[in-house]
Amino acid sequence: MPAKIIQRNDQPFRPVEVDSISLDIIESALKNARFEMDAVLFRTAMSPGIREQGDTFPMIANHEGKMVVGQFGSFIYGFTSSYEGTIEEGDIILTSDPYGVDGAISHANDWLVLMPMFREGRLIGWASMFGHMTDVGGMSPGSLPTGATENFQEGVVIPPVKIYRKGELQEDVLSLILRNCRIPQWNNSDLKSLVAACHVAERRCNEICDRFGVDTFIAAMQELLARNYRAMDQLIRTNIPEHRQSFEDYVCDDGNGYGPYKIACSMWREKDRLIFDFEGTDPQSMYSINFLLNEEMFKMFAGVFLIMVFDPQIVYNDGFYDLMEVRIPRGSLLKPVAPAALSCRNHALGRIFDVLGGLFGQGNPDFLNAAGFSDSPHFFFSGYDRKGEWFQVYQIGFGGIPGRPMGDGPDGHSLWPSFRNVPNEFVESHYPLRIEVFETIPDSGGPGVHRGGNGLRLGYRFLEPGTVSVHDDRWLTYPWGVRGGLPGGRSEKILVRKDGSREYLRSKQDNIRVEEGDLLYFNTWGGGGWGDPLERDPARVALDVDRGLVTREGAKRYGVVLRDDLSVDDAATEKLRGKMARQRGEVKLFDFGGTVDELRARCLEETHIEAPQAPELGRRARAGT
Amino acid sequence: MAYHLGVDVGGTFTDVLLIDEDSRRTYTAKVPSTPSDSSIGVLNGIGKVCERAGVDPTRIDYVMHGTTVATNAVLTGKGARVGLVTTRGFRQVLQIARSFVPGGLGGWVIYNKSDPLAPLELTVEADERMGADGSVVEALDEKTLRERLEHLRERGVGALTISFVNSFANGVHEQRAKAIAREVFPEDVPVSVSSEVIPEMQEYERTLTTVANSFVRPEVSRYMRNLREELNRRMNEVRLYILRSDGGLATSDAAVDLPVNHLMSGPAGGVSGAIWISRQAGFRNLMTLDMGGTSTDVCLVQDAAAQTRRETTVGDLTIRASSVDVRTVGAGGGSIAHVPELTGALRVGPESAGADPGPAAYAMGGEQPTVTDANVVLGYLPGSTRLGGEMNIDRGLAEKAVQAVADALGLPLQKAAAGIIDIVNENMFGALRLVSVEQGYDPRDFALVAFGGAGPMHANALGRLMGSWPVIIPPGPGVLCAYGDATTQLRQEASQTFIRRFRDTASAEVGELLSTLAETASCHLDEEGVDRADQTVTCQVDLRYHGQALMLTIDVPLEGFAGDGLERVGRRFDELHEQLYTFALDEDKEIVSLRAIVQGKAVAVEAREIESGGEDPSAARLTEETIFVDDGEHSAAIYDRARLRAGNRIAGPAIVTEMDSTTLILPDHVGEIDRFGNILIRPAAAAK
Repeated sequence: MPAKIIQRNDQPFRPVEVDSISLDIIESALKNARFEMDAVLFRTAMSPGIREQGDTFPMIANHEGKMVVGQFGSFIYGFTSSYEGTIEEGDIILTSDPYGVDGAISHANDWLVLMPMFREGRLIGWASMFGHMTDVGGMSPGSLPTGATENFQEGVVIPPVKIYRKGELQEDVLSLILRNCRIPQWNNSDLKSLVAACHVAERRCNEICDRFGVDTFIAAMQELLARNYRAMDQLIRTNIPEHRQSFEDYVCDDGNGYGPYKIACSMWREKDRLIFDFEGTDPQSMYSINFLLNEEMFKMFAGVFLIMVFDPQIVYNDGFYDLMEVRIPRGSLLKPVAPAALSCRNHALGRIFDVLGGLFGQGNPDFLNAAGFSDSPHFFFSGYDRKGEWFQVYQIGFGGIPGRPMGDGPDGHSLWPSFRNVPNEFVESHYPLRIEVFETIPDSGGPGVHRGGNGLRLGYRFLEPGTVSVHDDRWLTYPWGVRGGLPGGRSEKILVRKDGSREYLRSKQDNIRVEEGDLLYFNTWGGGGWGDPLERDPARVALDVDRGLVTREGAKRYGVVLRDDLSVDDAATEKLRGKMARQRGEVKLFDFGGTVDELRARCLEETHIEAPQAPELGRRARAGT
Repeated sequence: MAYHLGVDVGGTFTDVLLIDEDSRRTYTAKVPSTPSDSSIGVLNGIGKVCERAGVDPTRIDYVMHGTTVATNAVLTGKGARVGLVTTRGFRQVLQIARSFVPGGLGGWVIYNKSDPLAPLELTVEADERMGADGSVVEALDEKTLRERLEHLRERGVGALTISFVNSFANGVHEQRAKAIAREVFPEDVPVSVSSEVIPEMQEYERTLTTVANSFVRPEVSRYMRNLREELNRRMNEVRLYILRSDGGLATSDAAVDLPVNHLMSGPAGGVSGAIWISRQAGFRNLMTLDMGGTSTDVCLVQDAAAQTRRETTVGDLTIRASSVDVRTVGAGGGSIAHVPELTGALRVGPESAGADPGPAAYAMGGEQPTVTDANVVLGYLPGSTRLGGEMNIDRGLAEKAVQAVADALGLPLQKAAAGIIDIVNENMFGALRLVSVEQGYDPRDFALVAFGGAGPMHANALGRLMGSWPVIIPPGPGVLCAYGDATTQLRQEASQTFIRRFRDTASAEVGELLSTLAETASCHLDEEGVDRADQTVTCQVDLRYHGQALMLTIDVPLEGFAGDGLERVGRRFDELHEQLYTFALDEDKEIVSLRAIVQGKAVAVEAREIESGGEDPSAARLTEETIFVDDGEHSAAIYDRARLRAGNRIAGPAIVTEMDSTTLILPDHVGEIDRFGNILIRPAAAAK
């Protein structure tokens, strides 16, 4: 039973021609509105994850629910087709239920606000925005429990509800939700900010209608979708071959001793349609690393990737969806069956982008990027300070952008749009932590003609006792290099106790007790290298050494020999490069740093962590398939 | 009898304005700018204006100057080789920056990050640590620091920056490091210290701002030194003041120490000039539109005061220094129009043909269609106009260039040209909305003041889009900035970070702190010889709801603050939050910083009045041409601005030309000349 939309005025929109200039103007007005949504939210929100790191995504969709501007594609069709109830002017929907919206949001921390936009009693579009809440309750602070085996353990899950009904805030619903969160004032404030951002979109769309007329506005949204369809149609026909191509990558483990989990995807073109098939992907996990991947969202990822790689001029929206078909096996890691736990889906979500890169790039090596910082690692620290007040820190980690055809990957940056690191002085002023080291890790960027970016090392000194969680990945498998480029360095977590003893932490580990004076090194991973490192300009290598981004020893992986004053020894370099080229032989398209079996065999010795066991097939997964 | 002088250095011309303080008479001169050493142009201008006025230069007491020397050093990348000293563990603070990759989802595929302004190979660490509360965690290891500084000296740096973690809370280590650096480095290597330049939280932003200060400092020092020496040679004990980014004046010493506060000196001069001329014409609420060859600056002015913000953006660089809230869009006369094949959409800018090769119509080798070419095709820049009195317009070349766009769009030539103008206007409209609608202001309450080479040609159309009337076109855009420079007050700020929740704070305590800050700022003005009676004090509190990242700045009077000051600030904050973001919260508020601003008295200069005439402007009429406007061809009269008289009314469509700009008045609009020579454009229906 689909949602029933109640309009005071059900006069249909008049089909009108939109001249191309007006269309361009409306497009830029919509883009501005979308950036304004971000600006309002960043300024007013309270969760550091939103206000400092920008973990939030806005969208403006047309009256049929197709995203015209935004990032992650629209889920509105899925929502309206399953929501049982009415939608009318002044209603605002709130949800955090991944299973309730087909994975449009993929864990309960993401609160999604959806607002129908009305004008003179008619639905003219939708505004929507979601943001990551620092805490939504559940079995661990931060609500991303590695050990969860069911969605029920991951905090309060809000099915699509009207949080505003005809403009009235539903206080009782809100208080029920907030009662289940550890820092309710943040959730409350952030919700108001999300709503304010949607109101901004509504106001701006109405202003466009004032100026151009509502019929032109509706027709323009349609035409913007069509324009995108035409561009993508051409892009797919000219760049994607008809034969089947496949690529595999892994999530290293599930934090409970099982892994790695394979994500496999094949891609081929049938006339003008692009097919993606995830057959071969491992079954869902017993634990919380499952990623409920929405097919439409994946189309957006793929579309954006195509656009960025082949023609960044194109403005992306939902217009091209009919050109793609996505097949995800039910019961797999990417389509787990309820109530499978979902909270720690960020590793699989990130890895999808490496898979996409490999898939598109192998047929078009000129556009192939290496594997990048495809994750958003988490650090949590919570407890009671000496005044007896609760503190809770949640931070996202950053790492190496891969070497790309465009150039070197930046060091210690983010693959996610709008993410920013939190100023360390801000952290130190608000929480019992001192950041003693904030630097990139030399040699962690994969060598190549274009070097991968270095991973980041943060040294957290704890000034109060408390509990720590770390969530990271790529500690077992490597961020791969391409076209001769070498893999980037893997991640590592080392806890140095006050007495000087060192412990290697697992990559995903909750509830680690720390004492005042303990120090945690949170080391993320680097980006893979692009192109043959033996062809990188030796002067660039020498400069990287001078800058401390590559060590003198690391320079040898480029076949570069430096003198004491860091000048290049040309003769020795030429000799070394010749020797290395002979030993290496043919340049490989991909360098994964070894097969899974090889990595497993070397695991304990190299990482100080026991190799994970091959994943078990969970009971529920079997039931689902 | 005293004189003072305003000087604005533009890209092409240097404008000089001499003011006789007693008679309020003004004299102007325009000379070519001398980009290699702009002080030469300044001195030429001063010579010329003194000669014209028959004034002995030794009688000039004050020189007030807007300069783009610092700006250009940033834009051209020709600043100093900057060495940087950080706290141990933070050497890569600029390399990592905020980890932000622009460009949306997948933006990393095409993003190439530029190298830090202070090269990483010239960055060293100091062994020291300050806590966030200002307590010393680890003392500064002076011996090691000295060795590392000596190493930097050997490598050769032109300026040094010291920026330690948490120095905003306690700058003692930075001060000590500065003292050691002074011993290690020769005198001509300036040392900038983060807790002096910008004592605010956030290590990346503070470091970057201080490094930017170092980067431009040698260039600015050199310029100031040359200029001061030359001025002193020709004049007696003249005081040189430099316009700051925030629209206040600073002494030239302050400009040499903290040039980072002057990166927007040029645009601030334009805004100040626009405020001044509009105030004379009777308008106190306005938006400024300064459209040049590659970009357009806009700013909102409320009650004759420009909005300021605690941030400055120049090129790719965004730093923490107060500036007039000028927003820049990459839309100018040289912006290039193109039609990407895949989408078939018409795009204008941000690529620009710049000054070289310039628009196709300039016949200097440019072939790509620009906004100026579109204006030529539509007839808005008649062939008879001479740009800056020098360049001719080649209509044939403009048509050829725009035809390429027309073909790609499948539109007739003139329609395509009109499309280019519509799109570029839309980009500027976006910037104007940013400073008005998006800040909760209704643009219909504001007049629109246009200047810059291209502004007057687009202003009428933008006034129509915004509903902002009248559109004001002041005479002589160059000299406008010089007026701005000359009519601004001395201004001194004193501020301090003070992070405290309302519930833990008493009004009396804050009132006392604000008084102390005001006194500090006043002392600086005392030293400049400003009488206390001529000083005005404004206080500001930056605050937010506890937990938010934003800061809103609330102005408060110092008097009576000790009583219920905080309550009043709180109420105003709630109102402003609601105005900007549609909601207020029932959360405790938090003060972030306190500030006192003391200003001197402005020189009261009145604009020169022009001769008056009747309504009929025909004496200034040059000719008539056919232009394409509002979807059709119209016959438009062309007027010579110099011959217009106060009271003249020009019915659109019409074009008014002068040496450095051209004004377009649209059909159904009327341009009225006021007694200062401004053209005030309004819709014909409203103008009756």
